[in-house]
Amino acid sequence: MSPSALLVGLALAPLAAVAGCLIVRGPRAAEAINLAASVVSFGCALPLPFLIDGQASLFWDDYIILDRASAWVILCSAIVYLLASIYSVGYMRLLDEDDRLFRFYALFAGFGLTTLVAPLMNNIGVYWIAIELTTLVSTFLVAFERVAESMEAAWKYIMVVSAGISLALLGTVLFYWAGSFVLGPTYMMSWAALTAAAPKMNPVLTILSFLLVLVGYGTKVGLAPMHSWLPDAHSESPAPVSAMLSGALLNTAMIGIVRFLGIARAAELGQLPAMALVVFGAASLLIGALFIVRQEGIKRLMAYSSIEHMGVVALGFGFGGPLGIAGAFYHMLNHSLNKSLMFFGAGNMMRAYGTKEIAQIAGVGRRFPTSAALWLAGAVAITGAPPFGLFLSEFTIMRAGLKPSFAWAVFVMAILLVVIFIGFLNHFRSMYYRPANGPPVPTKKLTAWCTAPMWLALAPLLILGVWWPAGIWNYLTAIAHSLAPVLP
Amino acid sequence: MPIQTLSPLASSLFGLLAIASLLLSFVMLGSRWLKNYLYAFAAESWVIAALSAAVGYYGGYSELYLIAALTLLFRGLLLPYLIWRIIQRLAVDREIHVILQPSSSLVVGALFVMFALAVSYRVAAVFHLELTVVVLALTVMLSMKLIGFLMLAVRHEAISQILGLLVLENGIFLGSQILVPGMPLLIELVILFDLLIVVACFGVLVGYLVTHVGTTSSLELKRLVG
Repeated sequence: MSPSALLVGLALAPLAAVAGCLIVRGPRAAEAINLAASVVSFGCALPLPFLIDGQASLFWDDYIILDRASAWVILCSAIVYLLASIYSVGYMRLLDEDDRLFRFYALFAGFGLTTLVAPLMNNIGVYWIAIELTTLVSTFLVAFERVAESMEAAWKYIMVVSAGISLALLGTVLFYWAGSFVLGPTYMMSWAALTAAAPKMNPVLTILSFLLVLVGYGTKVGLAPMHSWLPDAHSESPAPVSAMLSGALLNTAMIGIVRFLGIARAAELGQLPAMALVVFGAASLLIGALFIVRQEGIKRLMAYSSIEHMGVVALGFGFGGPLGIAGAFYHMLNHSLNKSLMFFGAGNMMRAYGTKEIAQIAGVGRRFPTSAALWLAGAVAITGAPPFGLFLSEFTIMRAGLKPSFAWAVFVMAILLVVIFIGFLNHFRSMYYRPANGPPVPTKKLTAWCTAPMWLALAPLLILGVWWPAGIWNYLTAIAHSLAPVLP
Repeated sequence: MPIQTLSPLASSLFGLLAIASLLLSFVMLGSRWLKNYLYAFAAESWVIAALSAAVGYYGGYSELYLIAALTLLFRGLLLPYLIWRIIQRLAVDREIHVILQPSSSLVVGALFVMFALAVSYRVAAVFHLELTVVVLALTVMLSMKLIGFLMLAVRHEAISQILGLLVLENGIFLGSQILVPGMPLLIELVILFDLLIVVACFGVLVGYLVTHVGTTSSLELKRLVG
């Protein structure tokens, strides 16, 4: 199949699912429609990275760009969309909301659609709009449970993210303005055009625009200190939505930062853009570590872990070089798989015990042997322990940072990762090995729909941890070379 | 439209309209009545529509007339009407818990404008455009941005926050009309998407009202911490 046919399939399947769910309205039918759409999307996204030979291909009047980076991020989104769709069949049945379920699946497919197409946007303005759309659709998913907490989370989410992303719009306008001194008043504002114009653009204006864009999209990525919406939205939404927010949405916004970083590098602004990203990354790790150690809510624990991992990805892109960029992209995939697994496990325990408090959950291992074992393996993986994929990618990112200007960041990263390892697993120790004295007792049974996606997430994570295929390594280093001239 | 060769009349007209919209954001800062915010926002949108038309006329960008019409229709009439309907439904007509008194907000706003002027002057200087309307456009753009953030930070009624967001975007919209009149498609789409954001906000707001009848103040949003 040609790439353009695959792209059409990728976008059309969730779109059809939105329409299908709204027309059919049956809860079981909506489940099936959304699941089918996610399978089709995944099937279309999987071959994309193999079909790219060197150059980026442009479609539809150059509004769509398919290059290695976007194919990779789409693959991450498609994997999470598929896993979350399988999981939501089991999870949403536990909620007793059957009459509103078709709306959930319509929104869910819409959210899947926006995260799948946003990385493909070649026009910077249209990319901004696509990111804005992801917010609009997911707000209603965050608010789905209609209790006071989820309304609060949804309100904070839309306010903080819209305000933040308006800074990205300002940065985009200023980038366009800077480019207009080189390319004339009207031009197609594609990534390639701005990268080509970058060496001649004014450095003062380019730095200003880059920083605005970084803060703007950084809000959406959840980099500290713009992360304040993230723990609330991730913890109050239904678990499959949390997985999508964490595993798919954050990467979708990160790819924009990476592309703007490519423009900034082409403009030869020195260390400043990379250093800004490294500082935000280190701050995210610090915030993540502090809040993980003293966390009381099970899903908030996972949310702060997402902030931490986006910090690690930001560090990787900031360090740059083939190691840093390849490591960061590899980390995106590993994090998408692993965080889905973690949110699925957290959702299972939350529903089974009827609470979000870590202190109220005890004796997990004895009561749910399969689910608990998978979840524990995921917890070991997400703290960066071998033999899972995150160990490899974090280690690669650290190696990338070992140069004089960034050595401090590597030390900070190493210390904070150890702190997070201890803090995170300590919460798991208490949930697994603390004697359960009396209530609460698990009330709900978990079906195979709730545990199957955990298997599906863990298996590739283990494979990617013991074996980093040479094909993937070459693919990711090719992204590093295509994004920017490598910094010394 | 090369900015250096702009006629003095056009330059002063653009400047006048930009300053008028900046003044209207100060009206929003200086009041505590939700209706006043709304009227000031509507008037600001009309001023921006007039600016679009003026840039279209003097710069020869005919598509800007369409944008002026859309701005007038969406931001000047439809959005204020929708927000007005929400205000009618709510029991709140002013900010009750004021963190920063309106008079102090005006002073902070003035400081923001001075900061924005310093930044704009520096940016314009690298292009040798210090004596043109560019400085003014950048100043108004950045200071409306900062004032919008100030409104988001110190106001707590949901309506004030929505309007604060819209002021943020009005600032960008105004600046981009003068600085980059050649990027029309983006702007057109942004108009429509603004509308969608606000509709989404309303959706959340209404759902919120269903659960907590009576309060729309973000001061009460303090369940989720840590």
